[in-house]
Amino acid sequence: MACIDPDGNLTRTAELILLALRTPAGAEVVAAETDLPLFRVRAALRELERGGLLTASGDQLFQITARGIRKLEA
Amino acid sequence: MENPLEGLEPQGRIPRIGDPAPNFEAESTFGNIQLADFRGSWVVFFSHPADFTPVCTTEFLAFARRHPDFRKSNTELLGLSIDSIFAHLSWVRNIEEKFGCRIPFPVVADIDRRVALCYGMIMPGESKTETARCVFIIDPNAVIRALIYYPMTTGRNVDEILRLVTALQTSDAHMVATPANWQPGDPVIVPPPRTQEAAAERLLENYDCKDWYFCQKKL
Repeated sequence: MACIDPDGNLTRTAELILLALRTPAGAEVVAAETDLPLFRVRAALRELERGGLLTASGDQLFQITARGIRKLEA
Repeated sequence: MENPLEGLEPQGRIPRIGDPAPNFEAESTFGNIQLADFRGSWVVFFSHPADFTPVCTTEFLAFARRHPDFRKSNTELLGLSIDSIFAHLSWVRNIEEKFGCRIPFPVVADIDRRVALCYGMIMPGESKTETARCVFIIDPNAVIRALIYYPMTTGRNVDEILRLVTALQTSDAHMVATPANWQPGDPVIVPPPRTQEAAAERLLENYDCKDWYFCQKKL
């Protein structure tokens, strides 16, 4: 998993994205805020959602979950 | 006589110009990736025969050096070969160590050949186990707009690939075609008229025309 390393820690990319999602945002906004290419953001959002660290709403806004916040603060 | 197709599963219909680019999800040097992640960008999706080979290394260096120019043109690069993710990681790290060049684009590890077969990247007459030097230019709507196939012996011209992307983008933006050896800034071709009336009117328009069917203009 590219967002979490083998020790269970967030990668720098995942950390940047989760930090940007403390307020709900779409992939384009996250890409602009983090200065990451949009395709990397989309791939990471999918992975972080699968890991339960963020949720997506029907209108494709993403938001960090309680589990995501705990991971960020760990 | 040996059958070059023996042992290779049927490829089905290879995507061609104008076809939707088949989506896929695969492991890459940037993590799990889908082609759909690139929607809204142009994509140069290219295969190489194998990691740790000299011609492929020169190509990766050339793609990496031109990466900022591709990105300025809203274009992402995506590599692929039939190698493991560990081979890819080891190779890109080696390129950085030996050539001082970081590979700034993802490389798909297609060890089960799933994506390569889907895109017709294997040329069984040349090799049944490696991908040829294929290039698919995919537009922001995930439509294949151009294909280039080179044999294993011959490295690609990355400047030409960038020129091709720029030409396609220019054609889309201005509804024009581009002549042989066109470079940005050169005159472009006005699409020929398709009716007698339009042909007669064409010569009266403010284009540089050799005849009714051959008109150019500056953008």
